[in-house]
Amino acid sequence: MAKAVKTTPKQSKGPSTDPNTGKTALVEMRDISIAFGGIKAVDHASCDLYPGEVVALLGHNGAGKSTLIKILSGAYSRDSGDIYVDGKEAIITNPRHAKDYGIETIYQTLALADNVDAAANLYLGRELLTRWGTLDDAAMESETRKVMNRLNPNFKRFKDPVKQLSGGQRQSVAIARAIHFNARILIMDEPTAALGPAETKQVGELTHQLKEDGIGIFLISHDIEDVFDLADRCIVMKNGAIVGSAQTKDVTKDEVLGMIILGKCPAGAIPGPGALDV
Amino acid sequence: MAENKTDAQAAEPTVSVDKVESGFVRFLRATEIDTRMLGMIGALLLIWVGFHFYGLFANGFAAFLTPRNLWNLSVQTSSIAVMATGMMLIIVTRHIDLSVGSMLGFVAMIMGITQVWILPEYLGLDHPLTWIITVAVGIAFGALIGAFQGFLVAYLSIPAFIVTLGGLLIWRGSAYLVARGETIAPVDTTFALIGGGPYGTIGATGTWIVGVLACLAIIGVLISGRRSRIRFKFPLRPMWAEYLIGGAGCFFVLITVLVMNAYPWPKGIVRQVAKAQGVTPEDIGFVSHGLAIPVLIAIAVGIFMTFLTTRTRFGRYVFAIGGNPEAAELAGINVKKMTLLIFSLMGALVGISAVIASARLKSATIALGQLDELYVIAAAVIGGTSFAGGIGTIYGAILGALVMQSLQSGMVLVGFDAAIQQMVVGGVLVAAVYLDTLYRKNSD
Repeated sequence: MAKAVKTTPKQSKGPSTDPNTGKTALVEMRDISIAFGGIKAVDHASCDLYPGEVVALLGHNGAGKSTLIKILSGAYSRDSGDIYVDGKEAIITNPRHAKDYGIETIYQTLALADNVDAAANLYLGRELLTRWGTLDDAAMESETRKVMNRLNPNFKRFKDPVKQLSGGQRQSVAIARAIHFNARILIMDEPTAALGPAETKQVGELTHQLKEDGIGIFLISHDIEDVFDLADRCIVMKNGAIVGSAQTKDVTKDEVLGMIILGKCPAGAIPGPGALDV
Repeated sequence: MAENKTDAQAAEPTVSVDKVESGFVRFLRATEIDTRMLGMIGALLLIWVGFHFYGLFANGFAAFLTPRNLWNLSVQTSSIAVMATGMMLIIVTRHIDLSVGSMLGFVAMIMGITQVWILPEYLGLDHPLTWIITVAVGIAFGALIGAFQGFLVAYLSIPAFIVTLGGLLIWRGSAYLVARGETIAPVDTTFALIGGGPYGTIGATGTWIVGVLACLAIIGVLISGRRSRIRFKFPLRPMWAEYLIGGAGCFFVLITVLVMNAYPWPKGIVRQVAKAQGVTPEDIGFVSHGLAIPVLIAIAVGIFMTFLTTRTRFGRYVFAIGGNPEAAELAGINVKKMTLLIFSLMGALVGISAVIASARLKSATIALGQLDELYVIAAAVIGGTSFAGGIGTIYGAILGALVMQSLQSGMVLVGFDAAIQQMVVGGVLVAAVYLDTLYRKNSD
């Protein structure tokens, strides 16, 4: 099991490297804490992500996984802790900063402006402009048509506000937005929660493709099947703290469920500060 | 693929509806005319014709559809229309501004003091710079008040309803305080031209020039729109629809020009001018008013605001924030800063309206702008701005202002009581919001 050991340095200086390959972590969050009115939503949590790796974040509702990831995407400002991107300390205090580091997020709620069309959503916050500084809607729509053609060839409703689209179509708009701007780190918060089986499969295929391109993916999911299908590694949280992390190939689904429900770390996992003391 | 299936299922009913859909629906689709706008124009015509014939039958004279009344209507609408374009943005971002009427009163008072009490001391009476400085002070002051209210809403998270309800009282009180309740008059003579009146117009020739330019602009927009659609291979409107829209637009411009030019200077003014020039009134003859300066200002504001909302990042963000504030924030839009800017823009527009309103009265009075907030909000809502946020158009807000002002001036014209007028305006506001809710339920 020694092979699975990854450094989870709490005190050491500098970014961590993968002992197996010597690669620098794409992103590393170290000792992150945030509290909302006395409730410690995330309590000294650390996690890392390597290029081409899919890391699942698991835990009950309120375990702190969405909060942790929203700190990375800039939606929340952490109380303490550091974030490193490519081994360099990153300053992320709002969503724009995160995007500058190539961190893109597909939110559970999709975070689409329902009243505008697909192109406007795709380019929201980074609109294409003409040389006079006005919106270049035609260029944006034309680019959107190209992206959507690749992602979801059935997508034809470019002029409609996204409110009028089906769940799957809305999802593809949200995904297109996340991958269109050369994301290096992709956060998927419950990407398949609202989808049918076929669309879920599509998301799976997309994940594999992105992985091959060397993009690191944080996957937040309730669905243990999803996790074992897609993720290389899983990190389990409970009450805001990390229970432990494990390569998915080293643990069984029941063991992971044990981590989620009881906070009990199996032999194949590296225990974290939130692990049950045994 | 389930995706295929759902798409096909979704598409099927529309195909079958296509077969039975009426020619009217096909017409609307081809011309891409908004049904809502059509409804608004219909309502407007109904109000106009209604008041015209009500006057004819009830009072024995029909005064509504006369050049004189329509010209007055255009001037009266200007001030409300300018503010309604800003209110549209505020309501789109799910806020409200109840303070615009009081703000208008206060800004007008500040401008009155600037040009009547302060500037003459340094520049003397009727200095050519007086009106420019006054207007600049008014717009800047309005923007500042708006920014302050926007700051309270955005950064201190006080609901806009409360901030501007407070503003409604505070700015009216401030207006009283700075001038101790006095009426400040007379304003600078150049400044007074901005309010319209016989001299504050561009005359028959000027109106024709504006009309021709407007027609050229309509045709230009249609051609460039079609070109860019061709360039990006987007679906085109059928050619007949292009001609129809262009034709209707130019026809409307032509009618407006003819009506505005059909209203002559009143006899008194002609006599005055004749006396000043040492000729007889008969020598001067028929002098057209033509478009009034405040109307031109309102049109310019309308064009600018349409450009701002549809062609710039600012406008895109306004609508994105209205559609989903959280999503806008997550997309990296600085929602707080945008809110401050939107309220500030509203303030600047109130400044422009204050210029128009006080120039029209040729004075700043304590009651100026009273109840304007009601008309402005009603104009925006009648014009299709949704209180749920995210939906609204500038042309809608301006048309809405015209509807409200038509109601108001029509009721005056046929001799309704002031009490009844207020009740009707209030009722129309409530009914408009109800109709809006119905419309959206059906269109979703």
